[in-house]
Amino acid sequence: MNINATLFGQAITFAILIWFTMKFVWPPVVAALDDRSKKIAEGLEAAERGRQDYAKAELRSQDALNEARARAAEIIALSEKQAQAIVQQAHDAAVIEANRVKAQAQAEVEQEVMRARDSLRDRVADLAVSGAEKILRREIDAQAHADLLTAIQAEL
Amino acid sequence: MTESAAPSSSEYIHHHLTNLVSGKGFWSFDIDTLVTSAVLGLIVFGFMASVARKATSGVPGRTQAAVEILLEMVQTQVRDTFHGESGMVGPLALTIFVWVFSLNAMDLLPVDLVSLLMGSVGVEHWKAVPTTDPNLTFAMSLTVFFLILYYNFKVKKCGGFMREVFTVPFGAKMAPFNFLFRLIEDLAKPVSLALRLFGNMYAGEMVFILIALLPPYLQWLLGAPWAIFHILIITLQAFIFMILTIIYLSMAHESH
Repeated sequence: MNINATLFGQAITFAILIWFTMKFVWPPVVAALDDRSKKIAEGLEAAERGRQDYAKAELRSQDALNEARARAAEIIALSEKQAQAIVQQAHDAAVIEANRVKAQAQAEVEQEVMRARDSLRDRVADLAVSGAEKILRREIDAQAHADLLTAIQAEL
Repeated sequence: MTESAAPSSSEYIHHHLTNLVSGKGFWSFDIDTLVTSAVLGLIVFGFMASVARKATSGVPGRTQAAVEILLEMVQTQVRDTFHGESGMVGPLALTIFVWVFSLNAMDLLPVDLVSLLMGSVGVEHWKAVPTTDPNLTFAMSLTVFFLILYYNFKVKKCGGFMREVFTVPFGAKMAPFNFLFRLIEDLAKPVSLALRLFGNMYAGEMVFILIALLPPYLQWLLGAPWAIFHILIITLQAFIFMILTIIYLSMAHESH
C-alpha cells in the first residue's frame, strides 16, 4: 500500500467522469423518465375522463329514453281521450239529428193531420151545406140565408 | 509451485499484488490503475451516454430500461437520504456506483489471465482491479471530502460552518474539544470510505490469488463459490460507497 501521485491522476479521472455523467448521462435519462411519467399521468387522466364521459352519456341516454317513453304514453293517452271525445261528439250529434228528424216528421204528420182535418171539415161543411141546400132548396133562398150559412160554416 | 523454474508461492502472490509503477518516490504513477480505470470509465460511461442520448420517453428498449432502472435506483436513494437541493448529488452518486462497480467487477476476471496477456506483450506487472489500489480509493474519497467541505461552506456560509465546528456538540465554552471532535469526525469520513473499499477488494483479490495456488483440478471448488459470493461484494461495496457519499453530502447541507 503505497500512496503516490496516482492519487491526483485518479482524482482528475473521477472529476471528469462526474462532469461527464452530470452533462451527458443524467439529464437526458431523467428528462425521458419525467416525460414518460407525465405522459402516463396524462393517459390515465384521459382514460378516467373518458370513463366519466361514458357514464354521463349513458345517464343522458337513459334520461332521453325515459322522457321519450313518458311522452309516448302521454300522446297515447291524449289520443285515446280525443278519440273518445270524437265518438261522444258524433254520438251526441247523431242523437240530436235523430231527434230533429223525428220532431220534423212529427210536425209534418201533425200538419198533415191538421190539413186532413181542415179539408175534412170543409168537406163536412160543404156536405152539410149541400145537404141542407138540398133540403132547404125548396124553402130557403140561398142568398137570403147566406149569412147564416157562413156562420154555421165558421162554427164547424 | 516449489520447482526451481516456477515462482514460489510468495513470489507469485507478490507478483500479482505489485502495481506497474512508473517513476520514483511520491511522484510516480501506477500505470495499470490509471489505464484500467480510465478505459473502463470511457467504455461504461460512453455506453451510458450513448443510451441516454437516444433515450425516448416512449416505450424504452431493454438497454434503455436497464440504464433507467440503475438511474432510478440511485435517484430513489438520493431522494430518500438527501434533503438539500443540489443537482450534483444524483449524477455524483451514479458515477460512484457505476464506476466502482465496474472497477470491482474486474475482480471476476481470472487472476492470471490479465497478467498473462500483459506479460505476453512484455508488461511485467498489471494489477487488473483498480480498486485494490489505495490511490484510486483515496482519490475518490478525498474528492468526496472536498465536496463535503465545499457544500458546508456553500450552504452554511463561512460563519455558520465555523460556528458549527466550534460550538457543536458541547457549546462555545468547549470550543477546542468541539473542533477536535469535528476534525476527527470529518477526517474519518474519507479514510473510512477509501479503506473500506480498498480493504474489501484487496482481500477479495488476495483470496482469488490464494485459490489460484491450489492444484488446477481443485480450484473450481473454491473459486466458483467465491466468485459468486464476490458478485454480491462488488455490488455491495459500490452501493456502500455511493450511499455514504449521499449521506455525508446530506449532512453537509444540514445544520446539526
